[in-house]
Amino acid sequence: MPVRFEVNGKQVAVEVEPRMTLVDCLRHELRLTGTHVGCEHGVCGACTILVDGEAVRGCLMLAVQAEGCKVVTIEGLSNDEALTPLQASFRRHHALQCGFCTPGMITTAHALLSEEPDCDADRVREVLSGNICRCTGYISIVEAVLDARSAYGQPQGTPKATPEGRPKGPP
Amino acid sequence: MKLPAFEYACPATVAEAVTLLASRDEAKLLAGGQSLVPMMAFRIASPSLLVDLRKLSELRRIDITKDGVRLGAMVRWRDIEDDARLDTAHPLLKAAIAHVAHYQIRNRGTVGGSVAHADPAAEMPGVAVACEAEIAVVGTAGSRVIRADDFFIAPLVTALAADEIIVDIRLPAWPAQRRFGFQEFSRRRGDFAMAAAVVFYDVDDAGKARNAHIGAIGVGDRPVRLTAAEAEVNGKLVDLAVAERACAAASAAVNPQDDIHASGAYRKSLIGTMVERALMSACAQH
Repeated sequence: MPVRFEVNGKQVAVEVEPRMTLVDCLRHELRLTGTHVGCEHGVCGACTILVDGEAVRGCLMLAVQAEGCKVVTIEGLSNDEALTPLQASFRRHHALQCGFCTPGMITTAHALLSEEPDCDADRVREVLSGNICRCTGYISIVEAVLDARSAYGQPQGTPKATPEGRPKGPP
Repeated sequence: MKLPAFEYACPATVAEAVTLLASRDEAKLLAGGQSLVPMMAFRIASPSLLVDLRKLSELRRIDITKDGVRLGAMVRWRDIEDDARLDTAHPLLKAAIAHVAHYQIRNRGTVGGSVAHADPAAEMPGVAVACEAEIAVVGTAGSRVIRADDFFIAPLVTALAADEIIVDIRLPAWPAQRRFGFQEFSRRRGDFAMAAAVVFYDVDDAGKARNAHIGAIGVGDRPVRLTAAEAEVNGKLVDLAVAERACAAASAAVNPQDDIHASGAYRKSLIGTMVERALMSACAQH
């Protein structure tokens, strides 16, 4: 059946079976392969995309449910070749190893920081608990998100926690 | 896995949704899809027709009156989190919902979907039973209101008829001075409870507990109230000794099965601890 929605600022119209998930539609019909598919049943967070500004699991939403919605994928966070401040922070903190979970981590963190630019480390950890990194580099991921907060509007009041440092040890 | 094939409809009214639901064997409602879609991905569920409720904005309301809180079936966990009125109108609901799933799921998952799904380890059905909520439904035969205690029958089995839609969940009014606690134990944040306790009681002029309600989640085939534990609390000044007796009564009242997450004996012990902790946090309030 036909479905029309906006992806990364552009209107798209696709013909899909009702059973096609939104993430499969993005990857296979629209060739936006930046969003990854991990578990296909809503536990890993790799397929996180933004629908009307909110982070959702792309594998638990049907493409036909996106009718009239504004969808943003990892490709849509930056308009050009330059990295966004959040992406740059991931790079600076080495917040990825194999990179498979990274698109979901970044879209999730982008939604969080857009709404809660003054969130503390506990809140970042709570929100990212829905995104699984099998390389288990969570410490640098949390650091990268915390470090990107300043790019998302003025924190209201003093941040509740300082970014956690890596465990002390030989460099 | 990819989802099995189905037809899809997106009605604009509740009446139309009822008609569609009744039109086909194996038709199912799609609310937030955060439980149903995974079940379809596992091929545990293969509906012939999905009736999407997303256009039914009248089911998205949270109404707060002197009679209590009415949560429209399509109210999402996110909507409960964001509604500051509920901090006083139903603080127990807020505390319990803080344990539901993860950030992205909370943006889609709905109270009606959770209640209809009837997972015995889910928070919302447990809160509904402990609070003596009522569940308003509509079907081809008309409307009816079902007590939460009559609604949940077995894991994933409810009193809903095949053509019925949940309209709202009605939680009785919450007195300002009521004491409450919600304690859940799960292996990881956002997971289903291995066991959780819902506790509230009122206090009389002498400070003694009355109207105690103690609910248990994840320790049987449906959420239950633990009347033996409630009896240990009613008429008492709640303290550690009372909480310990309620803990023992709670453990004695349930017979959870072994499963891959925990043994029955472990869960039996755990529910007592959850009840005790919930009572201790309740009596520390005010």
